[in-house]
Amino acid sequence: MKNVFKKFLKKEEKPALVEKPKIVLSIEDSGKTVDAIKRSQKIGHIVMMTITYAFILFLALMMVFPFYWMIITSLKQRSEIIATTQTFFPSIVMWSNYVYVFQVFDFTNYMFNTIVVAIFSTLGTLLTTIFAGFAFARLKFKGREPLFMLFLMTMMIPGEMMVISNFITVASFGWVGEGQTLMDAYAAMIVPFWVSVFYIYLLRQTFKQIPNELYLAAKVDGKSDWNFLWKVMVPLAAPSLISITILKFMGTWNSYVWPQLITLNEDYQLISNGLRGSAFVNNDAGGQVEYGYQMAASVCVTVPLFLLFVFFRKYIMRGVGRAGIKG
Amino acid sequence: MAEALVKEKPSLGYHEEKTDTVIRLVSTRKRKKEYQVTGIQDIASENNWKAWLYLAPVIILVAVFLLYPLVNTMFIAFTENYKYATGEYDGFTINNFGVILGLTPTTSGAVVTDFVDYAIPNTFLIVFLTVPVSTLLALIIAVALNSIKWFQKFLQTVFFLPYVTNGIAIGMVFSVIFDQQGVINYIFGTDTAWVFGATRAMGFVPLCIYIVWSSIPFKILVLLSGLQGIDKQYYQAAQIDAAGHAKTLWRITVPLLSPQIMYLLVTSFIGAFKEYTSIVALFNGPGTSGKYGVPNMYTIVYYIYDNLSTSTSYAAAAAVFLFAIILIFTFLQFAVSKTRVHY
Repeated sequence: MKNVFKKFLKKEEKPALVEKPKIVLSIEDSGKTVDAIKRSQKIGHIVMMTITYAFILFLALMMVFPFYWMIITSLKQRSEIIATTQTFFPSIVMWSNYVYVFQVFDFTNYMFNTIVVAIFSTLGTLLTTIFAGFAFARLKFKGREPLFMLFLMTMMIPGEMMVISNFITVASFGWVGEGQTLMDAYAAMIVPFWVSVFYIYLLRQTFKQIPNELYLAAKVDGKSDWNFLWKVMVPLAAPSLISITILKFMGTWNSYVWPQLITLNEDYQLISNGLRGSAFVNNDAGGQVEYGYQMAASVCVTVPLFLLFVFFRKYIMRGVGRAGIKG
Repeated sequence: MAEALVKEKPSLGYHEEKTDTVIRLVSTRKRKKEYQVTGIQDIASENNWKAWLYLAPVIILVAVFLLYPLVNTMFIAFTENYKYATGEYDGFTINNFGVILGLTPTTSGAVVTDFVDYAIPNTFLIVFLTVPVSTLLALIIAVALNSIKWFQKFLQTVFFLPYVTNGIAIGMVFSVIFDQQGVINYIFGTDTAWVFGATRAMGFVPLCIYIVWSSIPFKILVLLSGLQGIDKQYYQAAQIDAAGHAKTLWRITVPLLSPQIMYLLVTSFIGAFKEYTSIVALFNGPGTSGKYGVPNMYTIVYYIYDNLSTSTSYAAAAAVFLFAIILIFTFLQFAVSKTRVHY
């Protein structure tokens, strides 16, 4: 028994003794030089990179595919869109789909409404945001912190809570209801969106980074707060303000629910509402949706946003990175 | 011994002197900073009334369009037959919540269960399917994007593209792609109805794909900026310890990204609870059989908008219900974040 036990112990001990040098020598044992290992590591790296690129390119294709499909569908004939054999390029390019969009769909009217609402709601938001950001970042007054906390807390409330009552409020202003004019509709679509707590928060952070010395210097030069705000703070915060402007513009471009709720006349609606409207249902073909026209209109709505993105990519991506809320 | 004890006392006194000088050093430093701050506060505090003038437009707008509606909606949720046009109502009740939950009959006597049958389960399904999938996918893409050299900026832009689009326009594109005679059925050789005339389960496939597709860009952007802020030393240390790719990802990248992930989870949970436009864009109505069919694609928000003008009290009750759910979830997430997030 003792012998067996001893043998067992020995067996246990031996590998432990052998293994230690093995670890150190493993490189020489496998017959690999340092160069060979470096090479194999490099190959591993290249394989890894190839897999990564393949993965990313595949997903990037998935991301772009809807855009591609939108464009080619907008150029297809109806028969080709619903054909059993789908084509990845239109056999006959139908520019006439776009002609239809501008003639029947009245794209220009929706576009005009959207741009008017976007410009005025953006201007209003910029003004209120600049004032509030300045007050919260620079001026000292009683109850500043509690008030700011209260503002931040309102961000937690889902907008749907507000929509019901805002509808009633706007109706009591006479902007919604019988005899609604275009101006009423504009007011109802613009005024409630003149305030954005999130942008106030964003701008306050930017304003706070502007050094105190500038404020003191302006004071020494006898500048008023008002002058300091417009001559120093606003120009210095220009990148943030551009981000806010573009995001707000995009928000209006995307807004659907509110215009749908408050407008009585389709002519007063915005671009998203027009897109989902009834202009593309072909009553002759049994209420089928005319996908070609619909997609052509979608392209027309998407292109301006793309142009905006191309020119202001830096501002949009930085603004979204910090803001992250559409509209 | 006694002598030794006595001798220690002067040394204590010496010690005191030492701390005294230290304190003096600190105090001079403090004074310098305080001087700067008070300088500005002195000037600023003179403008007390001016501050309120600057804030006036915002305060008025917040009060009228944010705070008043909040209180008013809660009030409407407890009124009977509220008429939004006139503001009239027939007294107070808590039945509205019973009605939307299908427990009590409406004033006309019928029990409507659209809210419990479709709106609540659909909303929760959307939340628990799309948020984890899109966050995980965005994390993987962001890590992959961060590790490549060529075309990084270009691919980053490509992945951001879905953000700069009109939700309705792209939703309609998805309904074309998933059409019964569309390209998805053609590629996979199937004949499934995904959108129009689809079953509820099939309708969820294009819906979830669309929501994930459109929510990924923002997440990638946030995660990428977080990744670029991580100190390279952590990865060098991991390399020395011969940690594998997976281990590095789960032990270093994810914990260091936890603030960003937490932020994304909170915002996207709230966003997913409020899904509405995607359904309008995809199905052109509350269900897979168009505008007037069974509302089997209802979400809570869709229910609110659908009942807004016809039965305002029920819509308000549903809004309060949604608000409560979102509050509970947000607080739960913050409670979890206290133990899991490393700031």
